Amino acid sequence: MRKANHLRNFASILILLVGLGVVAIPIWYMVSTAFKPQTMVFEMPPQLWPNPATINNFIKAVTTDHFLLYFWNSVKVSITATLLTLTVSSMLAFAFARLTFPWKEQLFYVLLLGMMVPPVMLIIPQFIVSQKLGLYNNLTGLILVYATMNISMQTFLLRGVFENVPRELEEAAMIDGASPFVIFVQIILPLSGPGLAVVVINSFLYSWEEFTWANVNIADSANRTLPIGIALFQSEHLTEWGQVFSASLIALVPVIILFLVFQRYFVEGISTTGIKG
Amino acid sequence: MMSRSPHAPRAKYQFVSALLFLLPGFLLLFVFFLGPLVYSFRISFFDWNFAHPERSVFVGFENYLGQINNPIFHRAVINTAVYTFFTVVAKLVLGFFAAIVLNQKIPARSFFRVAYYLPVITSWVIVSLLFMYMFSGMGGLVNYLLKDVFHLINKNIIWLADPILALVPVILVDIWKGVGWVAVIFLSGLQTISKELLEAAEMDGATPWQRLTRITLPLLRGTTVFLVVVLILGGLNSYVPFQLITHGNPMDKTHSILTLMYRATFSRMDFGNGAAISYLLTLFVFALSVVQLKMLNKPIGE
Repeated sequence: MRKANHLRNFASILILLVGLGVVAIPIWYMVSTAFKPQTMVFEMPPQLWPNPATINNFIKAVTTDHFLLYFWNSVKVSITATLLTLTVSSMLAFAFARLTFPWKEQLFYVLLLGMMVPPVMLIIPQFIVSQKLGLYNNLTGLILVYATMNISMQTFLLRGVFENVPRELEEAAMIDGASPFVIFVQIILPLSGPGLAVVVINSFLYSWEEFTWANVNIADSANRTLPIGIALFQSEHLTEWGQVFSASLIALVPVIILFLVFQRYFVEGISTTGIKG
Repeated sequence: MMSRSPHAPRAKYQFVSALLFLLPGFLLLFVFFLGPLVYSFRISFFDWNFAHPERSVFVGFENYLGQINNPIFHRAVINTAVYTFFTVVAKLVLGFFAAIVLNQKIPARSFFRVAYYLPVITSWVIVSLLFMYMFSGMGGLVNYLLKDVFHLINKNIIWLADPILALVPVILVDIWKGVGWVAVIFLSGLQTISKELLEAAEMDGATPWQRLTRITLPLLRGTTVFLVVVLILGGLNSYVPFQLITHGNPMDKTHSILTLMYRATFSRMDFGNGAAISYLLTLFVFALSVVQLKMLNKPIGE
Protein backbone atom coordinates (compact mmCIF):
# COMPACT_ATOMS: atom_id res chain seq x y z
CA MET A 1 0.00 0.00 0.00
CA ARG A 2 2.65 2.48 1.05
CA LYS A 3 4.83 1.44 -1.85
CA ALA A 4 1.98 2.09 -4.30
CA ASN A 5 1.55 5.54 -2.80
CA HIS A 6 5.21 6.32 -3.26
CA LEU A 7 4.99 5.21 -6.85
CA ARG A 8 1.96 7.35 -7.48
CA ASN A 9 3.64 10.34 -5.87
CA PHE A 10 6.66 9.82 -8.06
CA ALA A 11 4.54 9.59 -11.21
CA SER A 12 2.63 12.73 -10.21
CA ILE A 13 5.77 14.73 -9.72
CA LEU A 14 7.12 13.47 -13.01
CA ILE A 15 3.96 14.62 -14.80
CA LEU A 16 4.11 17.97 -13.05
CA LEU A 17 7.75 18.42 -14.05
CA VAL A 18 6.96 17.71 -17.70
CA GLY A 19 4.17 20.27 -17.49
CA LEU A 20 6.53 22.71 -15.84
CA GLY A 21 8.94 22.27 -18.73
CA VAL A 22 6.23 23.06 -21.26
CA VAL A 23 5.29 26.18 -19.30
CA ALA A 24 8.87 27.25 -18.66
CA ILE A 25 10.51 26.79 -22.06
CA PRO A 26 8.70 29.65 -23.86
CA ILE A 27 9.11 31.90 -20.81
CA TRP A 28 12.79 31.12 -20.54
CA TYR A 29 13.21 31.62 -24.28
CA MET A 30 11.69 35.07 -23.90
CA VAL A 31 13.87 35.98 -20.93
CA SER A 32 17.10 34.75 -22.51
CA THR A 33 16.31 36.49 -25.82
CA ALA A 34 15.85 39.74 -23.96
CA PHE A 35 19.50 39.51 -22.90
CA LYS A 36 20.88 38.56 -26.33
CA PRO A 37 22.59 40.91 -28.74
CA GLN A 38 20.81 41.15 -32.11
CA THR A 39 23.34 38.82 -33.81
CA MET A 40 22.27 35.96 -31.56
CA VAL A 41 18.52 36.31 -31.93
CA PHE A 42 18.21 33.72 -34.69
CA GLU A 43 21.28 31.71 -33.79
CA MET A 44 20.79 27.94 -33.72
CA PRO A 45 21.11 26.09 -31.47
CA PRO A 46 19.71 28.84 -29.26
CA GLN A 47 21.89 29.70 -26.28
CA LEU A 48 19.98 29.00 -23.12
CA TRP A 49 22.26 31.22 -21.12
CA PRO A 50 23.32 33.97 -23.52
CA ASN A 51 27.03 34.56 -23.57
CA PRO A 52 27.89 37.38 -23.88
CA ALA A 53 24.71 38.60 -22.18
CA THR A 54 23.79 42.23 -22.65
CA ILE A 55 21.37 44.66 -21.07
CA ASN A 56 21.51 46.89 -24.13
CA ASN A 57 18.06 45.75 -25.19
CA PHE A 58 16.58 47.04 -21.97
CA ILE A 59 18.41 50.34 -22.28
CA LYS A 60 17.31 50.74 -25.89
CA ALA A 61 13.74 49.69 -25.15
CA VAL A 62 13.47 52.23 -22.37
CA THR A 63 15.09 55.08 -24.27
CA THR A 64 13.45 54.74 -27.69
CA ASP A 65 9.91 55.12 -28.92
CA HIS A 66 8.52 56.87 -25.84
CA PHE A 67 8.49 53.59 -23.94
CA LEU A 68 8.47 55.30 -20.57
CA LEU A 69 5.60 57.47 -21.70
CA TYR A 70 3.61 54.37 -22.72
CA PHE A 71 4.40 52.80 -19.37
CA TRP A 72 3.22 55.92 -17.56
CA ASN A 73 0.04 56.05 -19.68
CA SER A 74 -0.66 52.43 -18.82
CA VAL A 75 -0.13 53.14 -15.14
CA LYS A 76 -2.52 56.10 -15.22
CA VAL A 77 -5.17 54.26 -17.22
CA SER A 78 -5.02 51.05 -15.20
CA ILE A 79 -5.10 52.71 -11.78
CA THR A 80 -7.91 55.10 -12.67
CA ALA A 81 -9.97 52.43 -14.43
CA THR A 82 -9.48 50.12 -11.45
CA LEU A 83 -10.60 52.74 -8.94
CA LEU A 84 -13.60 53.63 -11.09
CA THR A 85 -14.57 49.99 -11.53
CA LEU A 86 -14.18 49.36 -7.81
CA THR A 87 -16.35 52.36 -6.84
CA VAL A 88 -19.09 51.84 -9.40
CA SER A 89 -19.30 48.05 -9.07
CA SER A 90 -19.40 48.06 -5.29
CA MET A 91 -22.18 50.68 -5.33
CA LEU A 92 -24.19 48.61 -7.80
CA ALA A 93 -23.51 45.43 -5.86
CA PHE A 94 -24.65 47.07 -2.63
CA ALA A 95 -27.90 48.15 -4.23
CA PHE A 96 -28.55 44.68 -5.61
CA ALA A 97 -27.55 42.92 -2.40
CA ARG A 98 -29.24 45.15 0.17
CA LEU A 99 -31.73 47.70 -1.17
CA THR A 100 -35.29 47.37 -2.43
CA PHE A 101 -36.29 49.11 -5.63
CA PRO A 102 -38.61 48.57 -8.59
CA TRP A 103 -37.46 46.46 -11.57
CA LYS A 104 -34.64 45.07 -9.50
CA GLU A 105 -34.65 41.73 -11.25
CA GLN A 106 -34.92 43.23 -14.75
CA LEU A 107 -32.07 45.62 -14.09
CA PHE A 108 -29.97 42.74 -12.88
CA TYR A 109 -30.59 40.90 -16.14
CA VAL A 110 -29.48 44.00 -18.05
CA LEU A 111 -26.31 43.91 -16.02
CA LEU A 112 -25.79 40.22 -16.75
CA LEU A 113 -26.13 40.93 -20.46
CA GLY A 114 -22.79 42.69 -20.13
CA MET A 115 -21.15 39.35 -19.38
CA MET A 116 -22.54 37.71 -22.49
CA VAL A 117 -21.84 40.20 -25.25
CA PRO A 118 -18.35 39.89 -26.72
CA PRO A 119 -16.49 43.16 -26.07
CA VAL A 120 -15.00 43.33 -29.55
CA MET A 121 -18.43 43.47 -31.18
CA LEU A 122 -19.07 46.79 -29.45
CA ILE A 123 -15.92 48.36 -30.84
CA ILE A 124 -17.59 50.04 -33.83
CA PRO A 125 -20.35 51.90 -31.96
CA GLN A 126 -18.02 52.60 -29.04
CA PHE A 127 -15.70 54.24 -31.52
CA ILE A 128 -18.56 56.41 -32.77
CA VAL A 129 -19.66 57.30 -29.23
CA SER A 130 -16.08 58.11 -28.32
CA GLN A 131 -15.80 60.50 -31.27
CA LYS A 132 -19.12 62.18 -30.40
CA LEU A 133 -18.17 62.72 -26.76
CA GLY A 134 -14.67 63.99 -27.51
CA LEU A 135 -13.08 60.91 -25.97
CA TYR A 136 -11.34 59.82 -29.14
CA ASN A 137 -7.57 59.76 -28.87
CA ASN A 138 -7.45 60.37 -25.15
CA LEU A 139 -6.92 58.23 -22.11
CA THR A 140 -10.29 59.10 -20.55
CA GLY A 141 -11.89 57.23 -23.46
CA LEU A 142 -9.92 54.14 -22.46
CA ILE A 143 -10.70 54.48 -18.76
CA LEU A 144 -14.47 54.83 -19.20
CA VAL A 145 -14.73 51.90 -21.60
CA TYR A 146 -12.52 49.63 -19.49
CA ALA A 147 -14.62 50.36 -16.41
CA THR A 148 -17.82 49.68 -18.36
CA MET A 149 -16.57 46.39 -19.74
CA ASN A 150 -15.61 45.28 -16.23
CA ILE A 151 -18.70 46.45 -14.33
CA SER A 152 -20.97 43.45 -15.03
CA MET A 153 -18.64 40.72 -13.92
CA GLN A 154 -17.26 42.59 -10.91
CA THR A 155 -20.70 43.66 -9.69
CA PHE A 156 -21.87 40.09 -9.96
CA LEU A 157 -18.89 38.95 -7.93
CA LEU A 158 -19.26 41.66 -5.26
CA ARG A 159 -22.97 41.09 -4.86
CA GLY A 160 -22.13 37.56 -3.76
CA VAL A 161 -19.51 38.89 -1.35
CA PHE A 162 -21.81 41.54 0.18
CA GLU A 163 -24.62 39.06 0.64
CA ASN A 164 -22.34 37.06 2.90
CA VAL A 165 -21.85 39.97 5.30
CA PRO A 166 -24.08 39.20 8.33
CA ARG A 167 -27.14 41.44 8.44
CA GLU A 168 -27.24 41.80 12.22
CA LEU A 169 -24.56 44.48 12.15
CA GLU A 170 -26.54 46.68 9.79
CA GLU A 171 -29.78 46.17 11.63
CA ALA A 172 -28.24 47.55 14.76
CA ALA A 173 -26.89 50.52 12.80
CA MET A 174 -30.25 51.08 11.13
CA ILE A 175 -32.04 51.26 14.45
CA ASP A 176 -29.57 54.00 15.30
CA GLY A 177 -30.76 55.75 12.15
CA ALA A 178 -27.78 55.10 9.88
CA SER A 179 -28.37 55.81 6.19
CA PRO A 180 -27.64 53.21 3.48
CA PHE A 181 -24.60 55.25 2.55
CA VAL A 182 -23.19 55.00 6.07
CA ILE A 183 -23.91 51.26 6.17
CA PHE A 184 -22.20 50.82 2.82
CA VAL A 185 -19.07 52.75 3.74
CA GLN A 186 -18.74 51.83 7.42
CA ILE A 187 -20.00 48.26 7.56
CA ILE A 188 -20.14 46.51 4.21
CA LEU A 189 -16.93 47.76 2.61
CA PRO A 190 -14.61 47.19 5.60
CA LEU A 191 -15.89 43.61 5.93
CA SER A 192 -15.36 42.77 2.26
CA GLY A 193 -11.60 43.22 1.93
CA PRO A 194 -10.77 40.02 0.05
CA GLY A 195 -13.66 40.49 -2.38
CA LEU A 196 -12.55 44.04 -3.11
CA ALA A 197 -8.98 42.80 -3.62
CA VAL A 198 -10.23 40.38 -6.25
CA VAL A 199 -11.98 43.22 -8.07
CA VAL A 200 -8.79 45.29 -7.96
CA ILE A 201 -6.79 42.43 -9.43
CA ASN A 202 -9.30 41.64 -12.17
CA SER A 203 -9.76 45.20 -13.33
CA PHE A 204 -6.10 46.12 -13.11
CA LEU A 205 -5.03 43.13 -15.19
CA TYR A 206 -7.75 43.79 -17.76
CA SER A 207 -6.77 47.43 -18.17
CA TRP A 208 -3.05 46.73 -18.12
CA GLU A 209 -3.16 44.28 -21.00
CA GLU A 210 -6.12 45.54 -23.07
CA PHE A 211 -5.14 45.85 -26.70
CA THR A 212 -8.14 46.01 -29.02
CA TRP A 213 -9.93 49.09 -27.79
CA ALA A 214 -6.71 51.00 -27.16
CA ASN A 215 -5.66 50.22 -30.72
CA VAL A 216 -8.89 51.73 -32.06
CA ASN A 217 -9.30 54.71 -29.77
CA ILE A 218 -5.73 56.03 -29.66
CA ALA A 219 -4.22 57.76 -32.68
CA ASP A 220 -1.30 59.83 -31.36
CA SER A 221 1.83 58.12 -30.17
CA ALA A 222 1.79 60.36 -27.08
CA ASN A 223 -1.36 58.59 -25.82
CA ARG A 224 -0.41 54.99 -26.48
CA THR A 225 -0.51 52.38 -23.74
CA LEU A 226 2.05 49.60 -23.33
CA PRO A 227 0.34 46.76 -25.24
CA ILE A 228 -0.02 49.04 -28.27
CA GLY A 229 3.53 50.28 -27.90
CA ILE A 230 4.95 46.76 -27.78
CA ALA A 231 2.87 45.40 -30.67
CA LEU A 232 3.71 48.43 -32.79
CA PHE A 233 7.38 48.23 -32.00
CA GLN A 234 7.40 44.62 -33.13
CA SER A 235 5.67 45.40 -36.42
CA GLU A 236 8.09 48.26 -37.13
CA HIS A 237 11.25 46.37 -36.16
CA LEU A 238 10.37 42.89 -37.34
CA THR A 239 13.44 41.03 -36.18
CA GLU A 240 14.55 42.94 -33.11
CA TRP A 241 13.14 40.38 -30.74
CA GLY A 242 15.63 41.18 -28.00
CA GLN A 243 14.16 44.64 -27.64
CA VAL A 244 10.57 43.39 -28.01
CA PHE A 245 11.02 40.97 -25.14
CA SER A 246 12.97 43.28 -22.89
CA ALA A 247 10.08 45.74 -23.25
CA SER A 248 7.65 42.87 -22.58
CA LEU A 249 9.49 41.86 -19.44
CA ILE A 250 9.40 45.41 -18.11
CA ALA A 251 5.67 45.48 -18.85
CA LEU A 252 5.28 42.26 -16.88
CA VAL A 253 6.91 43.61 -13.72
CA PRO A 254 3.79 45.26 -12.23
CA VAL A 255 1.74 42.15 -13.03
CA ILE A 256 4.23 39.83 -11.36
CA ILE A 257 4.39 42.07 -8.28
CA LEU A 258 0.60 42.15 -8.09
CA PHE A 259 0.51 38.40 -8.53
CA LEU A 260 3.03 37.68 -5.80
CA VAL A 261 1.45 40.11 -3.34
CA PHE A 262 -2.12 38.98 -3.93
CA GLN A 263 -1.43 35.35 -4.83
CA ARG A 264 -4.00 34.03 -2.41
CA TYR A 265 -6.73 36.29 -3.76
CA PHE A 266 -5.80 35.45 -7.34
CA VAL A 267 -6.88 31.88 -6.94
CA GLU A 268 -9.80 32.89 -4.77
CA GLY A 269 -10.92 35.41 -7.38
CA ILE A 270 -10.84 32.81 -10.04
CA SER A 271 -12.78 30.32 -8.06
CA THR A 272 -15.42 32.83 -6.99
CA THR A 273 -15.90 34.24 -10.48
CA GLY A 274 -15.42 30.75 -11.78
CA ILE A 275 -17.99 28.81 -9.88
CA LYS A 276 -20.62 31.51 -9.80
CA GLY A 277 -20.06 33.14 -13.20
CA MET B 1 -34.82 38.41 -1.32
CA MET B 2 -35.83 41.40 0.76
CA SER B 3 -37.79 40.15 3.72
CA ARG B 4 -37.90 43.39 5.68
CA SER B 5 -41.40 44.62 6.54
CA PRO B 6 -42.54 47.30 4.07
CA HIS B 7 -42.31 50.51 5.99
CA ALA B 8 -43.72 53.31 3.84
CA PRO B 9 -41.30 56.21 4.49
CA ARG B 10 -38.33 53.88 4.66
CA ALA B 11 -39.31 52.27 1.33
CA LYS B 12 -39.38 55.66 -0.35
CA TYR B 13 -36.09 56.58 1.25
CA GLN B 14 -34.58 53.31 0.07
CA PHE B 15 -35.79 53.98 -3.43
CA VAL B 16 -34.00 57.32 -3.55
CA SER B 17 -30.77 55.88 -2.18
CA ALA B 18 -31.01 52.91 -4.55
CA LEU B 19 -31.27 55.38 -7.40
CA LEU B 20 -28.09 57.11 -6.27
CA PHE B 21 -26.25 53.83 -5.92
CA LEU B 22 -27.36 52.61 -9.34
CA LEU B 23 -26.91 55.82 -11.27
CA PRO B 24 -23.15 55.88 -11.99
CA GLY B 25 -23.01 52.25 -13.07
CA PHE B 26 -26.05 52.33 -15.29
CA LEU B 27 -24.97 55.63 -16.79
CA LEU B 28 -21.73 53.99 -17.93
CA LEU B 29 -23.55 50.86 -19.09
CA PHE B 30 -26.06 52.93 -21.03
CA VAL B 31 -23.52 55.15 -22.81
CA PHE B 32 -20.77 52.61 -23.53
CA PHE B 33 -22.61 49.31 -23.61
CA LEU B 34 -26.38 49.31 -24.19
CA GLY B 35 -26.43 52.33 -26.46
CA PRO B 36 -23.63 50.93 -28.63
CA LEU B 37 -25.34 47.52 -28.68
CA VAL B 38 -28.48 49.00 -30.18
CA TYR B 39 -26.67 51.47 -32.39
CA SER B 40 -24.54 48.72 -33.87
CA PHE B 41 -27.70 46.81 -34.78
CA ARG B 42 -28.93 49.84 -36.69
CA ILE B 43 -25.61 50.34 -38.48
CA SER B 44 -25.66 46.73 -39.68
CA PHE B 45 -28.64 47.54 -41.94
CA PHE B 46 -26.98 50.51 -43.62
CA ASP B 47 -24.29 51.22 -46.11
CA TRP B 48 -22.86 53.35 -43.36
CA ASN B 49 -21.24 56.67 -44.16
CA PHE B 50 -18.84 57.30 -41.33
CA ALA B 51 -18.11 60.96 -42.10
CA HIS B 52 -21.78 61.82 -42.75
CA PRO B 53 -23.98 59.29 -40.97
CA GLU B 54 -27.12 61.09 -42.17
CA ARG B 55 -26.19 60.19 -45.75
CA SER B 56 -26.04 56.47 -44.97
CA VAL B 57 -28.21 54.35 -47.23
CA PHE B 58 -30.57 51.72 -45.82
CA VAL B 59 -29.74 48.40 -47.46
CA GLY B 60 -31.87 45.94 -45.50
CA PHE B 61 -30.17 42.60 -45.05
CA GLU B 62 -27.60 43.23 -47.77
CA ASN B 63 -24.64 43.40 -45.36
CA TYR B 64 -25.69 40.12 -43.77
CA LEU B 65 -26.31 38.35 -47.09
CA GLY B 66 -23.05 39.73 -48.44
CA GLN B 67 -21.16 38.09 -45.57
CA ILE B 68 -23.09 34.82 -45.74
CA ASN B 69 -22.04 34.55 -49.39
CA ASN B 70 -18.49 35.75 -48.86
CA PRO B 71 -15.78 33.03 -49.10
CA ILE B 72 -13.45 35.04 -46.85
CA PHE B 73 -16.15 35.07 -44.18
CA HIS B 74 -16.68 31.32 -44.61
CA ARG B 75 -12.98 30.79 -44.12
CA ALA B 76 -12.99 32.95 -40.99
CA VAL B 77 -15.91 30.95 -39.57
CA ILE B 78 -14.10 27.68 -40.27
CA ASN B 79 -10.87 28.99 -38.73
CA THR B 80 -12.71 30.17 -35.64
CA ALA B 81 -14.53 26.85 -35.30
CA VAL B 82 -11.35 24.80 -35.71
CA TYR B 83 -9.52 27.02 -33.25
CA THR B 84 -12.35 26.80 -30.73
CA PHE B 85 -12.65 23.04 -31.05
CA PHE B 86 -8.97 22.25 -30.57
CA THR B 87 -8.31 24.80 -27.84
CA VAL B 88 -11.39 23.88 -25.78
CA VAL B 89 -10.79 20.13 -25.95
CA ALA B 90 -7.08 20.41 -25.20
CA LYS B 91 -7.53 22.86 -22.33
CA LEU B 92 -10.28 20.76 -20.73
CA VAL B 93 -8.33 17.52 -20.90
CA LEU B 94 -4.94 18.93 -19.89
CA GLY B 95 -6.43 21.24 -17.26
CA PHE B 96 -8.40 18.39 -15.74
CA PHE B 97 -5.39 16.12 -15.41
CA ALA B 98 -3.25 18.94 -14.06
CA ALA B 99 -5.93 19.59 -11.44
CA ILE B 100 -6.15 15.90 -10.48
CA VAL B 101 -2.40 15.73 -10.02
CA LEU B 102 -2.22 19.06 -8.18
CA ASN B 103 -5.00 17.95 -5.85
CA GLN B 104 -2.79 15.24 -4.35
CA LYS B 105 -0.54 15.64 -1.36
CA ILE B 106 2.79 16.11 -3.08
CA PRO B 107 5.84 18.20 -2.26
CA ALA B 108 6.13 21.73 -3.68
CA ARG B 109 2.46 21.73 -4.64
CA SER B 110 1.98 25.47 -4.26
CA PHE B 111 5.12 26.13 -6.28
CA PHE B 112 3.69 24.15 -9.20
CA ARG B 113 0.39 25.94 -8.85
CA VAL B 114 2.03 29.36 -9.11
CA ALA B 115 4.26 28.25 -11.98
CA TYR B 116 1.35 26.86 -13.98
CA TYR B 117 -0.47 30.11 -13.49
CA LEU B 118 2.28 32.34 -14.93
CA PRO B 119 1.15 32.06 -18.57
CA VAL B 120 -2.37 33.01 -17.52
CA ILE B 121 -1.31 36.38 -16.15
CA THR B 122 1.06 37.18 -19.01
CA SER B 123 -0.72 39.48 -21.43
CA TRP B 124 -2.09 38.27 -24.76
CA VAL B 125 0.05 40.70 -26.71
CA ILE B 126 3.25 39.37 -25.17
CA VAL B 127 2.47 35.66 -25.46
CA SER B 128 1.25 36.11 -29.04
CA LEU B 129 4.51 37.80 -30.04
CA LEU B 130 6.47 35.13 -28.17
CA PHE B 131 4.82 32.31 -30.10
CA MET B 132 5.25 34.22 -33.35
CA TYR B 133 8.98 34.36 -32.62
CA MET B 134 9.17 30.69 -31.64
CA PHE B 135 7.43 29.72 -34.87
CA SER B 136 9.43 32.02 -37.12
CA GLY B 137 10.29 30.41 -40.41
CA MET B 138 14.00 31.07 -40.72
CA GLY B 139 15.28 29.87 -37.37
CA GLY B 140 12.64 29.70 -34.72
CA LEU B 141 12.90 27.47 -31.69
CA VAL B 142 10.15 25.16 -32.96
CA ASN B 143 11.83 24.53 -36.30
CA TYR B 144 15.10 23.93 -34.50
CA LEU B 145 13.51 21.37 -32.17
CA LEU B 146 11.68 19.58 -34.98
CA LYS B 147 14.60 19.56 -37.40
CA ASP B 148 17.82 19.36 -35.41
CA VAL B 149 16.76 17.80 -32.13
CA PHE B 150 14.00 15.35 -33.03
CA HIS B 151 14.75 15.00 -36.77
CA LEU B 152 11.06 15.00 -37.62
CA ILE B 153 11.43 17.36 -40.59
CA ASN B 154 14.35 17.91 -42.93
CA LYS B 155 13.90 21.57 -43.76
CA ASN B 156 12.53 24.56 -41.91
CA ILE B 157 8.78 25.03 -42.10
CA ILE B 158 7.62 28.53 -42.98
CA TRP B 159 4.66 28.30 -40.60
CA LEU B 160 3.13 31.70 -41.20
CA ALA B 161 3.21 31.45 -45.01
CA ASP B 162 0.82 28.51 -45.06
CA PRO B 163 -2.89 29.18 -44.45
CA ILE B 164 -3.34 26.00 -42.43
CA LEU B 165 0.01 25.73 -40.63
CA ALA B 166 -0.31 29.38 -39.59
CA LEU B 167 -3.13 28.32 -37.28
CA VAL B 168 -0.80 26.02 -35.33
CA PRO B 169 0.94 28.74 -33.29
CA VAL B 170 -2.38 30.52 -32.77
CA ILE B 171 -3.97 27.37 -31.35
CA LEU B 172 -0.94 26.38 -29.30
CA VAL B 173 -0.54 29.78 -27.70
CA ASP B 174 -4.14 29.68 -26.52
CA ILE B 175 -3.72 26.22 -25.04
CA TRP B 176 -0.42 27.15 -23.41
CA LYS B 177 -1.89 30.29 -21.89
CA GLY B 178 -5.22 28.77 -20.88
CA VAL B 179 -4.49 25.41 -19.24
CA GLY B 180 -3.49 26.95 -15.91
CA TRP B 181 -6.79 28.77 -15.58
CA VAL B 182 -8.81 25.66 -16.40
CA ALA B 183 -6.75 23.68 -13.89
CA VAL B 184 -7.45 26.19 -11.11
CA ILE B 185 -11.19 26.09 -11.77
CA PHE B 186 -11.19 22.29 -11.79
CA LEU B 187 -9.09 22.33 -8.64
CA SER B 188 -11.62 24.44 -6.78
CA GLY B 189 -14.30 22.03 -7.99
CA LEU B 190 -12.28 19.03 -6.83
CA GLN B 191 -11.85 20.51 -3.38
CA THR B 192 -15.61 20.47 -2.85
CA ILE B 193 -15.70 16.68 -3.27
CA SER B 194 -15.52 15.02 0.11
CA LYS B 195 -12.46 12.89 0.81
CA GLU B 196 -14.63 10.48 2.85
CA LEU B 197 -16.66 9.60 -0.20
CA LEU B 198 -13.58 8.69 -2.23
CA GLU B 199 -12.05 6.81 0.68
CA ALA B 200 -15.23 4.84 1.26
CA ALA B 201 -15.25 3.86 -2.40
CA GLU B 202 -11.63 2.81 -2.13
CA MET B 203 -12.49 0.65 0.91
CA ASP B 204 -15.23 -1.01 -1.10
CA GLY B 205 -12.65 -1.94 -3.69
CA ALA B 206 -13.29 0.66 -6.39
CA THR B 207 -10.32 1.06 -8.74
CA PRO B 208 -8.87 4.55 -9.31
CA TRP B 209 -10.49 4.54 -12.75
CA GLN B 210 -13.89 3.69 -11.28
CA ARG B 211 -13.52 6.41 -8.65
CA LEU B 212 -12.68 8.88 -11.41
CA THR B 213 -15.54 8.00 -13.75
CA ARG B 214 -18.22 7.14 -11.17
CA ILE B 215 -17.58 9.76 -8.50
CA THR B 216 -15.24 12.58 -9.50
CA LEU B 217 -16.46 13.24 -13.03
CA PRO B 218 -20.21 13.20 -12.25
CA LEU B 219 -19.67 15.51 -9.27
CA LEU B 220 -17.69 17.91 -11.45
CA ARG B 221 -20.46 18.17 -14.00
CA GLY B 222 -21.42 21.71 -12.99
CA THR B 223 -17.82 22.91 -13.15
CA THR B 224 -17.30 21.23 -16.50
CA VAL B 225 -20.41 22.70 -18.07
CA PHE B 226 -19.39 26.12 -16.81
CA LEU B 227 -15.90 25.71 -18.29
CA VAL B 228 -17.24 24.50 -21.61
CA VAL B 229 -19.50 27.55 -21.85
CA VAL B 230 -16.79 30.05 -20.96
CA LEU B 231 -14.11 28.43 -23.11
CA ILE B 232 -16.32 28.19 -26.19
CA LEU B 233 -17.35 31.82 -25.84
CA GLY B 234 -13.71 32.81 -25.43
CA GLY B 235 -12.71 30.78 -28.48
CA LEU B 236 -15.39 32.27 -30.70
CA ASN B 237 -14.37 35.76 -29.63
CA SER B 238 -10.68 35.25 -30.21
CA TYR B 239 -9.01 38.31 -31.60
CA VAL B 240 -5.53 39.25 -30.36
CA PRO B 241 -3.56 36.07 -31.23
CA PHE B 242 -4.99 36.00 -34.77
CA GLN B 243 -4.43 39.70 -35.22
CA LEU B 244 -0.83 39.66 -34.03
CA ILE B 245 0.38 36.27 -35.27
CA THR B 246 -1.24 35.86 -38.70
CA HIS B 247 -2.77 39.29 -39.50
CA GLY B 248 -5.16 37.24 -41.66
CA ASN B 249 -2.26 36.40 -44.00
CA PRO B 250 -1.73 34.76 -46.42
CA MET B 251 -4.52 36.12 -48.64
CA ASP B 252 -7.11 36.66 -45.91
CA LYS B 253 -7.24 32.93 -45.28
CA THR B 254 -6.36 32.99 -41.58
CA HIS B 255 -8.83 35.47 -40.13
CA SER B 256 -10.91 34.81 -37.08
CA ILE B 257 -14.43 36.21 -37.26
CA LEU B 258 -13.41 39.21 -35.22
CA THR B 259 -10.20 40.05 -37.05
CA LEU B 260 -12.28 40.00 -40.24
CA MET B 261 -14.80 42.29 -38.57
CA TYR B 262 -11.98 44.60 -37.57
CA ARG B 263 -10.53 44.64 -41.07
CA ALA B 264 -13.92 45.33 -42.71
CA THR B 265 -14.51 48.17 -40.29
CA PHE B 266 -11.25 49.96 -39.84
CA SER B 267 -9.17 49.12 -42.90
CA ARG B 268 -12.02 49.60 -45.33
CA MET B 269 -14.16 51.96 -43.23
CA ASP B 270 -17.11 49.74 -44.09
CA PHE B 271 -18.93 50.03 -40.77
CA GLY B 272 -22.15 48.40 -42.03
CA ASN B 273 -20.40 45.20 -43.00
CA GLY B 274 -18.34 45.14 -39.82
CA ALA B 275 -21.45 45.54 -37.69
CA ALA B 276 -23.19 42.78 -39.64
CA ILE B 277 -20.28 40.42 -38.97
CA SER B 278 -20.33 41.17 -35.26
CA TYR B 279 -24.09 40.64 -35.10
CA LEU B 280 -23.82 37.34 -36.94
CA LEU B 281 -21.32 36.25 -34.32
CA THR B 282 -23.46 37.57 -31.47
CA LEU B 283 -26.52 35.77 -32.82
CA PHE B 284 -24.59 32.54 -32.86
CA VAL B 285 -23.11 33.13 -29.41
CA PHE B 286 -26.55 33.95 -28.06
CA ALA B 287 -28.11 30.79 -29.51
CA LEU B 288 -25.28 28.80 -28.04
CA SER B 289 -25.70 30.44 -24.63
CA VAL B 290 -29.39 29.55 -24.58
CA VAL B 291 -28.63 25.90 -25.32
CA GLN B 292 -25.88 25.89 -22.70
CA LEU B 293 -28.04 27.60 -20.08
CA LYS B 294 -30.59 24.84 -20.60
CA MET B 295 -27.84 22.30 -19.97
CA LEU B 296 -26.76 24.18 -16.85
CA ASN B 297 -30.28 24.20 -15.48
CA LYS B 298 -30.50 20.42 -15.56
CA PRO B 299 -30.16 18.97 -12.08
CA ILE B 300 -26.52 18.41 -11.21
CA GLY B 301 -25.23 15.14 -9.80
CA GLU B 302 -27.17 11.92 -10.04
